[in-house]
Amino acid sequence: MSLATQQEREPRRGRSFWTMQRREALSGYLFIAPQMAGIVTFVLVPLGLVLWYSVHEWNVLAGTFRFTGDANYRKLLSDPALPEVLTATGLFSIGLVVMNLSLALLLAVLVNQKLRGITAFRTIFFSPVVVSLVAWTIVWGFLLQANGGINGLLQVVGIEGPNWLRTPTTAMLSVIVVQVFKNVGLNMVLFLAALQGVPRELYEAARVDGASRFKQFRRITLPLISPTILLTTIITIVGSLQVFAQIAVLTQGGPGVSTTVLVYYLYQQAFQFHRFGYGATISILLFVIVAVLTFAQWQMRRRIVFYEQ
Amino acid sequence: MNSDLSPRVRVALYGLLCVLAIPFVFPTWWMVTSSVKPISDIFAFPPDIIPRTVDWSTYSEVFRLQPFAQQYWNSCYIAAIVTVGTMALSSLAGYAFARIRFPGANLLFMVVLMGLLIPSEVTIVPLFQMFLAWDMINTHWPLILIPIFGAPSVFATFVMRQFFIALPVELEEAARVDGLGRFKIFWTIALPLARPALAAVAIFTFLHSWNLYLEPIVFLTTPANFTLPQALTQFVDVYQGPMWNIQLAAATLTALPVLVVFIFAQRQFIEGLAHTGLKG
Repeated sequence: MSLATQQEREPRRGRSFWTMQRREALSGYLFIAPQMAGIVTFVLVPLGLVLWYSVHEWNVLAGTFRFTGDANYRKLLSDPALPEVLTATGLFSIGLVVMNLSLALLLAVLVNQKLRGITAFRTIFFSPVVVSLVAWTIVWGFLLQANGGINGLLQVVGIEGPNWLRTPTTAMLSVIVVQVFKNVGLNMVLFLAALQGVPRELYEAARVDGASRFKQFRRITLPLISPTILLTTIITIVGSLQVFAQIAVLTQGGPGVSTTVLVYYLYQQAFQFHRFGYGATISILLFVIVAVLTFAQWQMRRRIVFYEQ
Repeated sequence: MNSDLSPRVRVALYGLLCVLAIPFVFPTWWMVTSSVKPISDIFAFPPDIIPRTVDWSTYSEVFRLQPFAQQYWNSCYIAAIVTVGTMALSSLAGYAFARIRFPGANLLFMVVLMGLLIPSEVTIVPLFQMFLAWDMINTHWPLILIPIFGAPSVFATFVMRQFFIALPVELEEAARVDGLGRFKIFWTIALPLARPALAAVAIFTFLHSWNLYLEPIVFLTTPANFTLPQALTQFVDVYQGPMWNIQLAAATLTALPVLVVFIFAQRQFIEGLAHTGLKG
């Protein structure tokens, strides 16, 4: 990719055309070319196709593909399952973000203490992040069986546990908890890095002024790590909308549709019932939700984030 | 926060840490120990925290019931290609967006960032049709091409760009005065300095590919082509009920090697992820 040699091979064009800026610009385009080509082919064109498919009725098994305008969208809005699917999606995302971020912050504060052997705990809390997602989910599915390990241990202390994955409320709770323990280590590490970036002098000054630990945390720590809190919230929410393997392995969206989140519903409609047009319409809804949430959080950044790096 | 903790606070903290550690450690312990329990002991009451009898035959069953070695290889080589490919693409693009001035750079970077808004779940239907048209269903191409070129690599590009922006520019300026081309500067000066960022990208990308589940079950149809996440769910009896001990043996074989590598390299893992790009 040496541009100098390329220039010497074409002496007739003259040195004047290949000015410093032009060579620089060309190398810039060449550097980003593979990524741009990939984004056009595997992100932008498919996004256009999703829109195109969503205005067609397309049943692969019946071999039909015909333009139907907004029929799929009207069908989606009147789909009796949609409110429940959106409720499940919302419950999962909110539950996950709240539990994940509060546990991550608690763990980060704990592993930030000067204690002997604290690295071992840091390693332990992070370890599920590197465990294969489906392996982790299978073990939890096994633990959460009606006669599984968790109910067995509960029974030892005299508690009759529910059939976790076959009762709507506990099924949703289980799916959230499994996901929280899987990935909370990641947010913990990000919070830990942020905590360690808070200047120590601030705490010392606060202590001289007689501020309690809780007050120090609320008035110094939280404002100073707010950019990290926002960042992890965005990553966690967008990630929560993509949850699929855990649902597919633990509950298959059940019982009923109580754990059928949007991506799982999309998968069912498109790849189990072969309704590609309708599946594309659900994709559009998913895209709109992700886009609106990301945009809203980006806007919020200006209001709530106290301190920008 | 505070180093002057009283002994009583210390004990309380250790107690809290140990209780909190249970849901992180116990599942892995339960997976490994249950994988060597005979099926009759698997739901024993009270639960056997340590197996009563050890039955290694579950591990030979894993390889008898599925082409598990082949599936293991599939997951490994796909993750390796995806990781190397993503590192190459994202470091090139990240470097260009951080360092090189060219017309339209801001606009093109906005286009790249759009990839963050469009996870591959959104485009899975047309992606399926595209790979069908290219005759690549039930091959590993979708599992390689989508992560390297599609939405997942966008995040990597973002991380690399943030890292290069924070990197002092003086070394490169000196090389430019000496007349080195852009690619030479990138390859011999900037890239070696970007090792921590590359390590973080490599870890993220490897784990993402290793955990991929939706794409395999959409694109792959024959067991010999399956990757590990999909293979793990295939250890079921004729009634589609999971054969728990065999499934857990396969899960152990999948999870343990990565876990061991992590424990030995945990410092690089955690610090690499914490101090790279993500901090802004």
